[in-house]
Parts: sequence; C-alpha cells; structure tokens
Amino acid sequence: MEITRSEVPSEFRSRQLNARDMLRGDMEDAELQKYVEQAVVTTTVDRAVAWAQGNSIYPLTFGLACCAIEMMSIVAARVDIARFGFEAFRASPRQADLIILSGRVSIKMAPVVRRIYDQMLEPKFAISMGACCSSMGVFNNYALVPSDKFMPIDVHVPGCPPRPEALAHGILKLRDKIQSNEREGWRERYDAVGTEEILVPRAANG
Amino acid sequence: MSSISDYRKLEESITIDAQPHPEHTELLTLNIGPHHPATHGVLRLIATLEGEVVRDIKPVIGYVHTGIEKTAEQKSYWKVIPVIERMDYLSYYFNAMAFCGAVESLLGLEIPPRAQYLRVIHMELNRIMSHLVWLGTSALDLGAMSMFWYCFRERETILDLFEMSSGQRMHTRYFQVGGVFEDIPVGFAAKLQAFLDEMPSRADQYADLLEKNEILLARLRDVCPLDAETLLSLQTTGPLLRAAGVPWDLRKTDPYSSYDHFEFKIPVGTVGDNYDRFRVRHAELYESTKIIQQALDGLPEGPYISDDRKVVLPPRHELATSMEALIHHFKLVTEGFRVPEGEVYFPIESPRGELGCFVRSDGSAKPARVHMRDPSFVNLQTTAPMVRGSYIADLIASLAMIDPVLGGVDR
Amino acid sequence: MAERLADVEVGPAEAHAKLAQLKADGFSFLASLHGLDYYPHEPRLGVHYELLNMATVARVAVKTRVSTDDPRIASVTDLWPGADFPERECYDMFGVVFEGHPDLRRILMPEDYEGFPQRRDFPVGGEPVLFTFNEKSYGKNR
Repeated sequence: MEITRSEVPSEFRSRQLNARDMLRGDMEDAELQKYVEQAVVTTTVDRAVAWAQGNSIYPLTFGLACCAIEMMSIVAARVDIARFGFEAFRASPRQADLIILSGRVSIKMAPVVRRIYDQMLEPKFAISMGACCSSMGVFNNYALVPSDKFMPIDVHVPGCPPRPEALAHGILKLRDKIQSNEREGWRERYDAVGTEEILVPRAANG
Repeated sequence: MSSISDYRKLEESITIDAQPHPEHTELLTLNIGPHHPATHGVLRLIATLEGEVVRDIKPVIGYVHTGIEKTAEQKSYWKVIPVIERMDYLSYYFNAMAFCGAVESLLGLEIPPRAQYLRVIHMELNRIMSHLVWLGTSALDLGAMSMFWYCFRERETILDLFEMSSGQRMHTRYFQVGGVFEDIPVGFAAKLQAFLDEMPSRADQYADLLEKNEILLARLRDVCPLDAETLLSLQTTGPLLRAAGVPWDLRKTDPYSSYDHFEFKIPVGTVGDNYDRFRVRHAELYESTKIIQQALDGLPEGPYISDDRKVVLPPRHELATSMEALIHHFKLVTEGFRVPEGEVYFPIESPRGELGCFVRSDGSAKPARVHMRDPSFVNLQTTAPMVRGSYIADLIASLAMIDPVLGGVDR
Repeated sequence: MAERLADVEVGPAEAHAKLAQLKADGFSFLASLHGLDYYPHEPRLGVHYELLNMATVARVAVKTRVSTDDPRIASVTDLWPGADFPERECYDMFGVVFEGHPDLRRILMPEDYEGFPQRRDFPVGGEPVLFTFNEKSYGKNR
C-alpha cells in the first residue's frame, strides 16, 4: 500500500482550530494521530473516485430568498458553472448531492430543510450561501435559525448576497474538499457514526 | 384520414364540465411545495384536485418569514434601510423608496431635483430587472428554457450599472433619507445610454422568441381570466389589475419623486387572462426604457442629497474644518436623527403593485412601527379564484403570471 | 394628485359601520390593513384601515384601538374579501381577534407558535455572536 502525503486543506473551521492547537502544542496523542491520518491519502483508486465525484456534483434547486437570485445568476451566462459541470440542477432531492441553502431559513422552514436533506442520498454535501443561513445575517431575531443548528454544513459562503463569483468560489472549494478527501461520508466528517438507520429485512413467510 | 378528423372533432367537443366522470368524484388533496421548482420561492399550495382539475387551492405562506418589521423597530432610521430593502428581494430600490418617502414626509424634508431624477432612474432600472427575472423564470416554468439565459444577460448589464453607482449588485442601500447616497460616477451616463439603446431591440427579441409560439399561446391565451371586479374586491393592484383593463398606476395617479415630469404610457390589457398579464409586463419594459431616457436627458445639476444637516451626514471634507459638521456627524452616526411624532402611509408603484410603507414615529431615533403593505401578499389571494376549474398545468402558468415574490409575502 | 383626508378615529365597535359607510361613499378600495402596538399607552393594539377612492384619488385612514384584555373587532372580509390575509397577519403578529373571519389562524408563524411576535413587549430573540472567547463553548450547554 502506497502512503503519500498531500497538502492539508486549511480553509475549514475545524481544521483551523486543529492547526492552531497543534501549533500551540495543545494537541493530545489521539487527536494528533487523527490529524496526521487526515493528511494522508491511502489509495489511488479512492483518489480517482473522489476526483470523479467532485467533478460531477448535481446541486438541488433550493432557493429560499435573495441569495436564490444570485444562485440563478451562476447558471446564467456570465458566471457559468456549466464550465465546471455543475449546471445540472435537480429538483428532486433523491437525485441531487449538493444542497445550496440560498437564503434565510425561518423556523417554519427549518424542519422542511432538514427533511429534504435527509432525503438526499450519500455522499451529500451542503453549502450555506449568504450571511443569513450561515450566521443569522442582517436579521438576528426570533424568526430565523442558523443552518448549523440543524444540519451539517460543509462550506459557508459569506456575503449579502454573495456575488455569483463568490458562490462559484465556494463551490470550487467544496470540489477541492471532495477531491482531496477519500470517501468520507458526512457521518465521519461530523462524528455521527452510529446514527445510521439500518433496515432489517422482514423474515420470509412459509 | 377521415378517422383522424373524427378524432379531432371528438377532442374539440370535450370540455371540463361536460364530462361527468364517475371515477373522478373523489377529491385528492395534493401538497405542492414549499420546496418545488415551479413555485416562485417557498410557497406551499394545498391543492384539492378532481382528476387533473383543480377544485380548490389554499396557499400556505410563512416559510421565509424573517421578522423584518420587528427588526426595523430596533434600529435607527438610517439602519432600517438595509433591513427593509431585503423584504421584496427583486425590487429593493422600491422598498427603500417607500420607507425613505415615508420618513421624508414625516420630517417634511425637501428632496433636491437631481436626487429625485436619480431615484427615478434607479427605480425604473429595477423595474426592468424585476420584469426580466419574472420573464426568465416564468418562461422556465412554461418550458421555454432559453429565455432564462437571454433575460439574465440583460440583468447582468443592469446589475453592472447598479454596481457602478453604489458598489453592490443587489440590496444596494443607495437611497437614503434625503436623497441618494452618492452621485453617479463618470461613465455611468455613457453606459446607461448604451443600455437604453439596445434594450428595446432586446425586448423585441424576447417578443419574437415567445409571441408566435403556439404552445405558449395555448398555455396563456384565455387561461384563468379574472375580471376587474373580482380583482378590485381582492385589493389587487399592479400588472394583474392592469391586465384586466383598469388603468390604475400610482406613478400617474399619485405621482411621487417627480414622475409627473415624464411622459409614458400605461399598458392595459383587455381580457385579464394570462396572456394579457404577460403582454402588460412585457410592454412595461419599453415604457420604463422611455422614462429612464427622459430622466437621463433631463438630469438636473445640483446636490444629490438634502443639505439638512440634522438628518443627512455632512460631506467628509467638511469634518476637518467645521465644528458643527463634526457634531452633526457624531450625533447622526451614534444616535441617528429624531423624527417628530406621527404616522404616515406612503404608497408607491412597485413592479408587482402598490407597495406602501406605514411608519409610526414616537419622537425618538428609532421607528415605533414599520409596516410594508406588500403587493404580492395581497395579490396572492387571487390564486384561488383564478385557478378554480383549470388544470394543474394552468395553475403553474397562473402562478408564474401573478409574479409573487415570497420575500415580500412573508416579510 | 392624491388628496389625503383627515384620519378618522373610531372605537372598535363602530369601526365596521364606519367602514361600510365610507365604502358606500366611494372609498371602495382597501389599500392596507395593518396593526400596531402603542405600548405603553392603553388601549395598546391599534388597527388601521387605509382606504382609497379610485375615482377621486383620495385616501383616508380609519384608526381604531383595542386593548389586550378584549382584543376583538369585527372583520371586514364581508366588505372586502381581500382583507383575508392582512387580518390573519394582524392576528398572528398582535393577537387581534377578528370576529366573522372565515379562517382565523396563524399565517406567518408556525401554526403552534405561542406568543404574538410584533407586540412591543415580545423579545426580539436571536443568536449570540461568536467570538474566539465563546466559540468553543457555544452549543455545549444548550
């Protein structure tokens, strides 16, 4: 088995905190080992599959509010995400693997969003577009829920609304994340292993 | 050959009411939305169907409710503008205009003519942009997908103009109480003129693409008409009302911000079906282009914002030399300006109808109540009478023609 | 040009009759129906009706006030069917009960929500802003 080192993507919050802890010398043994393992890619087949997965993301048509208009702009001709192969927006969550939460998530909508996210099939990714769903945005009040509270988010794109170029940048960062990690389902990324629903087949009659 | 023409005769003789279908006496309740590619935003429709025919529809809204009006009570008047702009997210200049107009009438503030003309230019550009997004997404709903790219091409030019004048593409907070935030930069007029020169031919392009198309005509002509009386009793305004033949436009009847200086027509329909709604909005593209041309040609020189230092920030170069300017700046930035007590309702004509802003002031620096009378909220009540008795496909087309923007509906 | 007539202030019991009379006089268009909270002045909850006369382009506002102990007022959906949604919103946000409304339930908040958000004594709510001093502990004690 060939062990090669690759660059550690340093953009994400948890990785930032990990890196900061390691630099300060605060990291413990188990955490340090996990940190090192995350930086190591194990097989080239996995890498090839991850490369293919990253290049064929089907986003879900999920526009909530103002950010949805800028999300429609990335499909339009000026910032064209068809260059990267992501123009196939799917309406059904069963066929999509990227949910772009574009707009403010109100408390009435949060259970609906969670349900749609649950209906998506693994491997699935989530981008929280704009300030409102990432962190309450302009309106910090009773009616909104930050998306981190009820579903795992991979990339937060700041802006109000983010320019289409900014959203494209965020999607490309997600692509890099997919391609440099092996097949890590979201349960491993967010420490939720053990929460899978396992269907037990019905015992045959007669 | 004769068997085919018999079939056509049989086909033409079938109407929805004429066939009592024994299997279709059962009503099916179908939930459309809130996540649905063809509802314009997060709108949930509970449709009661008999076969494919819609018998009743109940819109359920509130999925984008953001508490904008409550948040606006916590912020000083200057800071309310970005919050209130994000309400109806396709017509942000109109939201800001309604609020600024309401506060200016409470203050009794005079807006300089250059600021009024600049406001008109930006509002009409926003009207064109809103109609373009409507046209693109409606055509997408009906299946004419390529319209989407053509409309968004124009939209990018308009957003470039907005970025030139204010630095932001959407939600620009360009309108301030007293005028506009900044004067237009060098090159804006030239770029705007280039846009105005090509816009009528682009609108002709859209008409050529869609108007002679048989499928579009079959889906829009004589589909879901509503007469003017029903619409008036449901308090509808805007292109929906004008399509039914009522020439009601607040820019003409109740002019604000020097709209009475410009010559333009109001497109009015006859029957009030989906085709008339489509044509009215398409014709408004030409009229808005005319208004912007007249405003650009007649743009007066002068200040771009009022010079009442109690309300408007002094220009920055004055801060180094004048003590009063410094004090005014400090007061305005920390506390904000105080508005005398009063209540005012300021209506304007947004791309969807009458957008009114009600502001109640209790004398302090924060508004005591801001309420936006949103046209989409009231117009959404026309969905049920409009689609009763038509097919689901007509429901989708009618919803596209009503042009609801759920940010305004839910606020 | 629009002429703005003087505001008409009535009590909640006479509001419906006054509106019917104004509608018969020509103010046939209800431009807006909205509520507000005059806290701390009593009676707290106000309901405003903005009427428009399309023939003469005149506007008039009819204002009533109800208290929170007895927030009932007659619904105007019999005069203007388009007052349906605005009255539901007023009920949802302020708790004003419109008697005679065909379907008075919450429209913007979830159906089982408790409280009337736009009343002045209802807290704004929101999430604490994350800084480096509280980011690790955020979410641990919720």
